[in-house]
Amino acid sequence: MSSTQQVLAAGRPLSVKGPWRPPGHRHLRGSDFRWAIAFVLPYAAVFFAFVIYPFGYALWMASKPSLYADLIADRSYLPTVVNTLLFVGLGVNVKMFLALLLSGFFMRRRWWIRALLAVYVLPWALAAAQACLSFHWMLIGEQGLIDRLLLELLGIDGPLWFNNRWLGLGSNIIAYIWKWMPFWTVIFLAARMMIPRDIYDSAEIDGATGVRRFFHVTFPLLANLYLICTLLSTLWTFGDFTTVYLVSGGGPHNSTEVLATLGFHYAFDFGRPALGVAAVMSALPVLIPIVIVLMRRLQTSEAQL
Amino acid sequence: MSSALALPRAARQRYRLRRVLTEAGSVMLGVVILIWSLLPVYQMLLIALDPEEGEIEFAGNIWTPEPSLDGFRDVVTQEARYLEDFWHQFGNSLFIGLLTMFLTVLIGSLASFAVSRMRLSKGSLLTNAALLTYAIPASFLIVPYYQIMHTYGLSNSLWAVIAAQVTFAIPFAILMLQLYASLIPFELDDAARVDGASPVQLYLRIYLPLMMPALAVVAVYALLLAWNDYLYQAVLLSARNMTVSVMQGQLFTDTDAPWNAMMAAAIIYVMPPIALLFALGRYVVAGLTMGSR
Repeated sequence: MSSTQQVLAAGRPLSVKGPWRPPGHRHLRGSDFRWAIAFVLPYAAVFFAFVIYPFGYALWMASKPSLYADLIADRSYLPTVVNTLLFVGLGVNVKMFLALLLSGFFMRRRWWIRALLAVYVLPWALAAAQACLSFHWMLIGEQGLIDRLLLELLGIDGPLWFNNRWLGLGSNIIAYIWKWMPFWTVIFLAARMMIPRDIYDSAEIDGATGVRRFFHVTFPLLANLYLICTLLSTLWTFGDFTTVYLVSGGGPHNSTEVLATLGFHYAFDFGRPALGVAAVMSALPVLIPIVIVLMRRLQTSEAQL
Repeated sequence: MSSALALPRAARQRYRLRRVLTEAGSVMLGVVILIWSLLPVYQMLLIALDPEEGEIEFAGNIWTPEPSLDGFRDVVTQEARYLEDFWHQFGNSLFIGLLTMFLTVLIGSLASFAVSRMRLSKGSLLTNAALLTYAIPASFLIVPYYQIMHTYGLSNSLWAVIAAQVTFAIPFAILMLQLYASLIPFELDDAARVDGASPVQLYLRIYLPLMMPALAVVAVYALLLAWNDYLYQAVLLSARNMTVSVMQGQLFTDTDAPWNAMMAAAIIYVMPPIALLFALGRYVVAGLTMGSR
């Protein structure tokens, strides 16, 4: 057994199954139990009032089968599904992978990299609506900053970004990555900081440096966290409304809409709330399995951030 | 003998070359990250510093010919169109943000304390139930929320938005707090129990102080969630109760708006979270790296 494997085998007691219990653990006694219930009660109230009730309401609204026939009949529905899958699939995976790589870059101990990190997290702190509007103006066409820079620096006539479905969709994805990559980079950075130094030291003795160190040491240790974060981010991104609504605005001719914005238009612009809910609920067959996998993953790895 | 010396020397040179290349590569990457992060911010600043309200910002300038702070002045004095109520809207945003932050930390930490520190049986059920919240993304629930807030008598109330934001912030809060609470040794609680401390005292005297870093992470997360929200504020609020996010989103189609003042307002709006991030920055970094000790 190489020394790396030894450290990996012995030096990682973090992922013990279940929370640690002191010896002689008993059930809660009378007054303590009442206190515990009292502590949980506020959240239980929030959960029933604002999770269970709206969920039930949404399922009830979307339960009529004729709604789904209407959806399929609508010509903008299927392209929207394709857009949603591309937006979520590309956006989340590219963002997560880049965040993982960049978190390695930010591990370097240089003063200017520390300073750069402060600038780098700025997009996360910037409000989404304003950031997306800024992207919209940057890409507004030949008067936008990007096309202007392309002309000045490279002599290219930039495209009209929002006149083409794929360019519009690409712009949305880029804006989304820009906004949310810093958050996940910080999460991965924290996780990397938790990897004990000696694992790297023994890996280096075994000759694992550079790319090999990433694939054989860092990635296996972060794989579980990476999966959990990717799943969580996938769930959140399915619901991303602001980016599409304010960057491309769904244009041209509703060809870059995603389910969240399409449902919004059905409900509030065309006055068909039930159809709006049905549109977004059609994503449930993808979302439910993700939640189940997420729950399983979290249970087996409670303490492994 | 000279050949024996030459080998390590070549190796040393190769090593030095590699170090220089790595360094150059990381500087280049740093420049790319800098441009990538700042370009949209620069665009906002460019428009905000424009002296004219109207069409100039569409002329595609790389730098404003005559930068001026007129946009910012119009915001402060609330003189520009759309900005008549800016400070009131700013107050609404702040109210929503701070209360979301406070309630998330309070409710989330109480629930998480009961589950992780008081050894409430079936506690993992609560964590799982909380995660179920994310089964349907927040924006998908906007229509039911709109109806339900009517039922609760909260239509056009800031509390409706706060309730929604808290609902979606708490699952992540509980998740984070659970992970970090498992790092605090139980012996501390047991010692305090022997001295006769009640559960409330345990929560106030041991749990809260020790969890400070994790609570800071959760607080920042909750505030930014509320601050980033556009949809819920747009749908659940109207007229007098409008927030800055909604006011700015409305302008999406209006090319005639006073854009310099609007972007100045946007820059003012992004200041509170940045201030909070820097104020709590030490805690956040400590909170995210707690296990490394």
